[in-house]
Amino acid sequence: MSDAAISEPNSTLVEDWSADKQAYHVPWGKAMMWIFLVSDTFIFTSFLTGYLHVRLSTTEPWPLQSEIFALSFGGDPIPLILIAIMTFILITSSGTMALAVNFGYRRDKQKTFWFMAATAAFGASFVGMQVFEWSKLILEEGVRPWGNPFGASQFGSVFFMITGFHGLHVTAGVIYLLTVAFKVKKGHYDKKGYEIVEIAGLYWHFVDLVWVFIFAFFYLL
Amino acid sequence: MSAEAGQQHPLGIYYKIWTLLFVLSSFSYAVDYFNVQGGMRWGLVLLFMALKAGFIVAIFMHVVWERMALVLTILGPPIVLLVLIGLMSVEGFYTSQARYRYMGHDPNAVALTPSDLHGGEHGEEEEHAEEAH
Repeated sequence: MSDAAISEPNSTLVEDWSADKQAYHVPWGKAMMWIFLVSDTFIFTSFLTGYLHVRLSTTEPWPLQSEIFALSFGGDPIPLILIAIMTFILITSSGTMALAVNFGYRRDKQKTFWFMAATAAFGASFVGMQVFEWSKLILEEGVRPWGNPFGASQFGSVFFMITGFHGLHVTAGVIYLLTVAFKVKKGHYDKKGYEIVEIAGLYWHFVDLVWVFIFAFFYLL
Repeated sequence: MSAEAGQQHPLGIYYKIWTLLFVLSSFSYAVDYFNVQGGMRWGLVLLFMALKAGFIVAIFMHVVWERMALVLTILGPPIVLLVLIGLMSVEGFYTSQARYRYMGHDPNAVALTPSDLHGGEHGEEEEHAEEAH
């Protein structure tokens, strides 16, 4: 076509392929967070599919989650109660996060900070309950990644891998939220804009979303 | 537009979805609490799960308000995961059936519970599980 364009010094491979058109009309950080979350979806789905496969293929009976995760407050054990509390805590934290995002865009720094701090606190209490759940299972019930006294030995490996990886995400989320919350408080985003709160919120809601699937597939079914 | 103003919506919708998520979670837990079993259990748990996941992605993560280019980037690729799930279901089912049929595994083995192990009176079931090991 035009020989002049080819001989120009700036005519690189990238330029030849780029159409100089923006595909996603969102801040770049938000697009990157979404791409990360899509890749994380693949990781968690692979874990859950691995769980599906070992649970279908094993001929040993699968341990009854409802009774293993029961907890007694003095009286008879209530089935799955700890997991239900953890679920409600995570949903509560998702709500406070949604409010933090909203107040961020209203440039209400105080409310944004406190709602983010509350979200992080709920997240930390979730991790605390998970530590309790793990130690009860390991120390009292003798569940190990390679076996347990109840039934199929894959139960332990699936449990520790999936809930452990999710707990790691919650822990990372608490640190991330606190970092952003304190920067909000200091007025770090006054000029940049408050998209960062929404981006952190996306990550947090994703952690809650993953728990919805773990709660259904691992604990209820 | 959305690049500058961001995702700003009335607070009311968040409160409504928040409440809905609590209600749906309670329903999920009720399925276990009232010990619903069989196809009904699967149907209800998966229904409440899908609704919760849908509302979180659509409203809390603002996907309903995003442009189609971003929506398809987010929701498109995970569809291939359904193929993986389908293949692994077929494969897993085939494996266990082969083990029951040709390797003599017991299809009626019963799992033990914590009450069996910590001083419950179900000695019979304990013996049963010993056989399975």
